[in-house]
Amino acid sequence: MNIVGGLKGIGRRVVNAVWRTGYGARFFLMTLLYSGMSFRRFRLTMREIFFSGVMSLIIILVAGMFVGMVLGLQGYETLKRYGSESALGSLVALSLVRELGPVLAALLFASRAGSAMTAEIGLMKATEQIDAMELMAVNPIARVVAPRFWAGVISMPLLAALFSAMGVFGGYVVGVVNIGVDEGSFWSQMQASVDFQHDILNGVIKSLVFGLAVTAIALFEGYDAPPTAEGVSGATTRTVVESSLAILMLDFILTAFMFQGA
Amino acid sequence: MERTTLDLWVGVFVVAGIAALVVLALKVGNLSTYNVSESYQLQAHFTNVGGLKPTASVRSAGVLVGRVVSIVLDTSNYDAKVTMSIDKRYQFPKDTFANILTSGLLGEQYIGLIPGGDDKMLQNGEEFKKTQSAVVLEDLIGKFLYNSSDAKK
Repeated sequence: MNIVGGLKGIGRRVVNAVWRTGYGARFFLMTLLYSGMSFRRFRLTMREIFFSGVMSLIIILVAGMFVGMVLGLQGYETLKRYGSESALGSLVALSLVRELGPVLAALLFASRAGSAMTAEIGLMKATEQIDAMELMAVNPIARVVAPRFWAGVISMPLLAALFSAMGVFGGYVVGVVNIGVDEGSFWSQMQASVDFQHDILNGVIKSLVFGLAVTAIALFEGYDAPPTAEGVSGATTRTVVESSLAILMLDFILTAFMFQGA
Repeated sequence: MERTTLDLWVGVFVVAGIAALVVLALKVGNLSTYNVSESYQLQAHFTNVGGLKPTASVRSAGVLVGRVVSIVLDTSNYDAKVTMSIDKRYQFPKDTFANILTSGLLGEQYIGLIPGGDDKMLQNGEEFKKTQSAVVLEDLIGKFLYNSSDAKK
């Protein structure tokens, strides 16, 4: 009896997960389909860029600065053992542009902006604003969801680029100004090893994909949240957990495609 | 539609983001060293390319004159055929040496060109006849061990 109950529970969970996946995919398609309005009335998207992009600026800049400074310190400690402190610039720049910039900026974006999106849409649903829009023949996906989606997709690469640039600056401050690595070799080794197409463009592509994933997850979780206080808080938690995992998994897949053997 | 402070902030954000990308491209990356000028292709055969990779630089007297385009195994005599694209502004005599060199002890490998004295210049698609392969550290150590054991006798 107990075994049957347990099996039923597992089965229900699996069916529910598949169900949600399908619903999520349909939701994503609807968002793409109804995104015409977010470009025709670009002001809607602008407002969301302000809330998700501009408001994340401070945390991204400060975090980038400190990550770069830590990279400078740790990189110097390690490189010193091999007598190649001059490679500090390329170490800092490559790790930021290829990995840390897109990934950490996306993680911060997920917890700073993604959670806010979920909570906002979840509460709009809980307070029946979404239903009210439908009654007024306003498509809530076109009016509420799509502008937020495109705002996230637009903001994410810019935030990642700012994170990387700030990190390189932080690495420069610690490496060159504090420790005293030669400035010329810092920049020239960096420029010799960072390729525009292979490293910087791939980083931008990564951050675009992360932005897409984070906003899609956040919006879906908000839209799918049970319209209760508990439901909204659960959905917000799920957004952060799921989008962080999605970022790291997508990062592995993208890295495997972009940097294989080259 | 009137302008609002929101527009200003979004503008600041977008401009800062694009500026960061430009800084990454020019100051961090190597976009500034890419030459957009016309180029021509030259080939060279090496018995061993070592760690040379496509996009490695081609230098003459330390000046960047081109980049390695492709490295393939030539099965007619089982050596490496390296194709490089050279800036059109620079012409090299037919008896130019192409050597695979290393920048620093652990640095990346590049092709160094040492021009000869021939009057005729290499044309597009032609080949460096005189090449020197990469120095393989194992061979060097092997030679060194062999020589030092000889010296003891």
